[in-house]
Amino acid sequence: MKPLEDWLTRGKISEEHGKYLKKERLYSFLVGVSQLVILILFIGFWEIASTYKWIDPLLFSSPSRIWETFITMLLAGELHQHIIATVWETIVGFLLGTILGTVIAIVIWWSKFLSRVLDPYLVVLNGMPKVALGPLFIVAFGGGFMATIAMAIAISIVITTIVVYGSFKEVDPNYIKLVQTFGAKKQQIFSKIVLPVSFPTIISTLKVNVGLAWVGVIVGEFLVSKLGLGYLIIYGFQVFNLTLVFVSLFIIAVCATIMYHLVQYVEKLLLKNRN
Amino acid sequence: MQSDHLISFEHVTKTFITWDGETHAVENVSFSVNEGEFVTLLGPSGCGKSTLLSILAGLIKPTNGEVHIRNEKVTGTSKHIGYMLQQDYLLGWRTIKENIFLGLEIQGLETEQNQKKALKLLAEMGLLSYKDHYPSQLSGGMRQRVALVRTLATNPDILLLDEPFSALDYQTKLKLEDLVIDTLRRKKKTAVLVTHDISEAIAMSDRIIILSPNPGRIKTVIEIPDVIRTPLPFASREVPEFQSYFQMVWKELNYS
Ligand SMILES: Nc1ncnc2c1ncn2[C@@H]1O[C@H](COP(=O)(O)OP(=O)(O)OP(=O)(O)O)[C@@H](O)[C@H]1O
Ligand SMILES: [Mg+2]
Repeated sequence: MKPLEDWLTRGKISEEHGKYLKKERLYSFLVGVSQLVILILFIGFWEIASTYKWIDPLLFSSPSRIWETFITMLLAGELHQHIIATVWETIVGFLLGTILGTVIAIVIWWSKFLSRVLDPYLVVLNGMPKVALGPLFIVAFGGGFMATIAMAIAISIVITTIVVYGSFKEVDPNYIKLVQTFGAKKQQIFSKIVLPVSFPTIISTLKVNVGLAWVGVIVGEFLVSKLGLGYLIIYGFQVFNLTLVFVSLFIIAVCATIMYHLVQYVEKLLLKNRN
Repeated sequence: MQSDHLISFEHVTKTFITWDGETHAVENVSFSVNEGEFVTLLGPSGCGKSTLLSILAGLIKPTNGEVHIRNEKVTGTSKHIGYMLQQDYLLGWRTIKENIFLGLEIQGLETEQNQKKALKLLAEMGLLSYKDHYPSQLSGGMRQRVALVRTLATNPDILLLDEPFSALDYQTKLKLEDLVIDTLRRKKKTAVLVTHDISEAIAMSDRIIILSPNPGRIKTVIEIPDVIRTPLPFASREVPEFQSYFQMVWKELNYS
């Protein structure tokens, strides 16, 4: 038991600290185990329910069949293009949505007049369910990549503008006064104070926008695409291959999680020296 | 109008106009400050002290009247002036060193020589070893000393101090008063301080201008005698005359 005890209390600076570390580590371990148990129970129950036909296997498939199909398709090279298309669209969509939204926020911060003029339009656009604009995007950009990207951008740009502009406006006026006393011009007020103060907010919209971009891209692919995970879902549904639908959902879950964590990691890097 | 004064306020009036109406912040205020003098504006909250400093700094324009620095009318911000705010307002994402270079950066004076001077000032405040720390790692008193260095780094002749000690605890405040006075005297700076702390005003100033509110007007001007103003602020408080001046200022502030 000694090595285990040592491992659990590694890095201790006193007996009490060791006890504390051990308690916290055991607790984290328990949490992890519980999470794993839930997952195993869920998959196991699904598999059993499907095998014994408690649920209709044609509709709800089963984990083993989903996995089988996934591996088969992956090895046959039938998934790459879809995964790449969707991931690529999502990345482009959320980056452009964030950047364009921030740029618009900068423009309306610069011109008080413009911000007053645009205010009601932003309110209406923000309240609008953006996916309802889908048909317009198809008409404007044709079916395919551009329309899907447009959807992803549309879904994140307005909220980004509103959130970022909001943080520009909330900058403590005393910081602005401070640089003004040094004779700062508007451009310096922006670059020395307003932008750095709002930087964490801008970064935090990245995280929100990843999620939004996924919604935009999948819906976009539902509507227009011949490619992508969203297309695969619709296709699977149309040919009544629900296993294919689940395979797509599984891939989306994995990709979205990976991307979210990447963004979170980048956020941490960028905000390292902040408090 | 030529004069020998460094700063002169001539019949300055400021009325703020907003949707809700008008606020007469200050009315017909005239006074002057000589080179090297330390003058305090003392008065209750809302009597227009900060407004007067902002006008002097060129941040807002008076509704009527003029302010002159070295016989030149103030029309905007000027490199002659350094402004210290009530709180330190250090930028949390910059190191201490980067914070004290802020003014130099904005004024395009980021030469190696100026940066060296700023670091020397930081050393004078005993904070050189903190130059690569972030503001959150410093105590309130240390942060306000950094703010002082930041203000002095652009080498202004005139320092405007808007209640710079009010956010600090009493001991830190007393120490900082001495440090500020000592620094300003050695560097022969002129200063205008705003405060509502009577003993701070007496201990630090050469002259106190007492303002009355609604609208802000000059009520009286009190010259501080040499016995009180020569020692550093902490020692000034020990001078026997200090108490009688305290009573005098107190009465001026509280009876109309
Ligand atoms: N930008 C502004 N717009 C409208 N009214 C203002 C503005 N700035 C100051 N005032 C008003 O002018 C009056 C004087 O304000 P000022 O800040 O100069 O007072 P103060 O003496 O510095 O007070 P305190 O001791 O509380 O700092 C107040 O009634 C205030 O509400
Ligand atoms: Mg004030």
